[in-house]
Amino acid sequence: MPEDLLAKITESVIGGEPETVVALTRQALEMGLEPMEIINRGLVPGMDIAGEKFSRGEFFLPHLLIAAKGMQNAMDLLEPELVARQQAISSVGTVVIGTVQGDIHEIGKSLVGTMLSANGFKVHDLGVDVSIENFVVKIEETGANIVGLSALLTTTMVGQREVIEALIEAGLRDLVKVLVGGAPINQSWADEIGADGYAEDAMGAVQVAQELLG
Amino acid sequence: MSPGVISISNPKLSLNILTEGDIRQIHATTLEVIESVGVKFPSLKALNLLKAHGAKVDHETMVARISGDVLETYLAKAPPVFTLAAVNPDLDLPLDGNHSYLGTDGCGVEIIDAFSGERRRSTKQDVSDVARVADYLDAIAFHWVPISAQDCPPQSRGLHELEAIWTVSEKHLQTETILDERQMRAAIEMASLLAGGKEDLRERPLLSIMQCTMSPLAHDAGSLEAGLLAAEVGLPVGFMTMASCASTGPTTLAGNLVVGNAEVISALALMQMAYPGCPVYYAAAQTAMDLRTGAYTGGGPEDFLFGAATNLLADFYNVPLSMGAFATGAKEPNWQAAVDNSFSSFMAVSTLSDMLLGAGLLHGSRILSYEMLLMDAEIWSILHAMVKGIEVNEETLALDAIREVGPGGTFFTHRHTMDHMGQMWLPSLMDRRPYSVWEEKRDGAREWALVKARKILSEEPLEPLDPALKTEFQKIIATVERG
Repeated sequence: MPEDLLAKITESVIGGEPETVVALTRQALEMGLEPMEIINRGLVPGMDIAGEKFSRGEFFLPHLLIAAKGMQNAMDLLEPELVARQQAISSVGTVVIGTVQGDIHEIGKSLVGTMLSANGFKVHDLGVDVSIENFVVKIEETGANIVGLSALLTTTMVGQREVIEALIEAGLRDLVKVLVGGAPINQSWADEIGADGYAEDAMGAVQVAQELLG
Repeated sequence: MSPGVISISNPKLSLNILTEGDIRQIHATTLEVIESVGVKFPSLKALNLLKAHGAKVDHETMVARISGDVLETYLAKAPPVFTLAAVNPDLDLPLDGNHSYLGTDGCGVEIIDAFSGERRRSTKQDVSDVARVADYLDAIAFHWVPISAQDCPPQSRGLHELEAIWTVSEKHLQTETILDERQMRAAIEMASLLAGGKEDLRERPLLSIMQCTMSPLAHDAGSLEAGLLAAEVGLPVGFMTMASCASTGPTTLAGNLVVGNAEVISALALMQMAYPGCPVYYAAAQTAMDLRTGAYTGGGPEDFLFGAATNLLADFYNVPLSMGAFATGAKEPNWQAAVDNSFSSFMAVSTLSDMLLGAGLLHGSRILSYEMLLMDAEIWSILHAMVKGIEVNEETLALDAIREVGPGGTFFTHRHTMDHMGQMWLPSLMDRRPYSVWEEKRDGAREWALVKARKILSEEPLEPLDPALKTEFQKIIATVERG
């Protein structure tokens, strides 16, 4: 029975049915299954298969995102259970991500956050129009090893340079890798401001993040 | 110096891809969205204006819900016809519903250097250089800020860009890089000086403003407030949606049109609430995201369809349209660029979109290529010829000539050929040489375009801007920089 349920959870992640994923996860908990088991034998295999289908060109970005949504919603349900058991899922790395001050463009940044999450990173998304100070504070608070800075305007992208300068000043620069992105951003800008990585899209961002910590 | 401007008008070619019923449905659904879902105006100034004119405003979410009646009342105040003026009145662009004009694309961040071939970050000097070439080309009727003057401070960069273009050209300038009140006030001051006074500027707006919306269903505070300042003094203001299917708009094209439509007409209505009768225009560059990466594509059947659909909407609202066209996603002026730019421009011109954007940038409006700019100008020239259609009359039926040449004869030297061959299209960049000639050098459009661009850039720059005015501009910019 538990095997069936776990298989159904996997299927519903792949099938892009977040509500079902949550319902089945709840059922599994009620049945007495351990959160870690639900995650490792139900949810994660679903994301892995979704990822494989995506690499094969069978799944497109929306398929991946809905699968990630199902996984995330189930994780939200399981989080308190893990905490109660003093357990935590190991993460590949901790990321603080946000759109720089003065810029309210969000979607690309959120996409990167979701993809990083789906690939095992613990992501703290600060949203948009994030002050330099808030970036620094959150990085200190979370011990993040990556900070992702997004800017969509030529006039706000200087904010990426400013955050890097603030990190140097705060003595944090060596503790955190800086990843930059956004439509007007490119490798030469990233190099100029001393960022550690740049990617043009969300998939690229995951790759770069993995390389930076690998 | 530009001999004039080649606009497209009196088309014998047109495409109607939406029925009247389709348009009414899109409009009705848009009204439903604006009234019940609402549009976000994250500006207290804008919200207060909307509220004062009958909108329901939620200050916490900054979402305004406007009833169809209120919306239609204010939209009706927008003037259907107005002129984008130029410093040289011969270059004025009447937006009278019977013309299509091409402008350069913007705002890129890199340029392929005309002489070194290096791809590098763009500077203020580049802005001037590109504007010189655009000024030279009669295909280009007006300028956008083509690339960002990244060597100038962000807080005054938009003004440096105006100065850079006004230094070298007397064509109309439409800026898409002034997104805050401070710079807008300074820009208005500069434009007023250029026009000879505030009232002269209102009568002959040498500058127009283009602001982007934030899909889905939202705006940017600075853009709104700067737009209001511009509208106050009579500068034409447009709001551009770039709603992207499957990401910032519905996957289905009609739905994507609705979302963009809601953003644009709510902003235009806002301008009319503030300054009834002020010149405004619809602007759009809708697209569909790449399904594999979420990326901005810069071209595809969806984009091309939007190109033909949007002016039907703008006509319904009786305002001019600025339509995203050209602006390929290709990384170089290649097959993909030709496909993107030909289809997109054709579709936009097929419904006589008043302003077309997009000449000269690669990779989704990010990299300026002089080659592309010249090649886009040639595509425009082809469109111009196509839109003339086929004239059928006694002279063109050529019965007399046919009779005289007879079976087996040739038309080469006939009087009729002499009389009409001036109307045949001549390429500058298309290669029609014999194969063997081509095989020797293997050169073509790209090389010739670059030669032409280099030639224009090597000539002594014509600087029509009065040096005294230039000094005034620099003083204004310095004041803004001093904070």
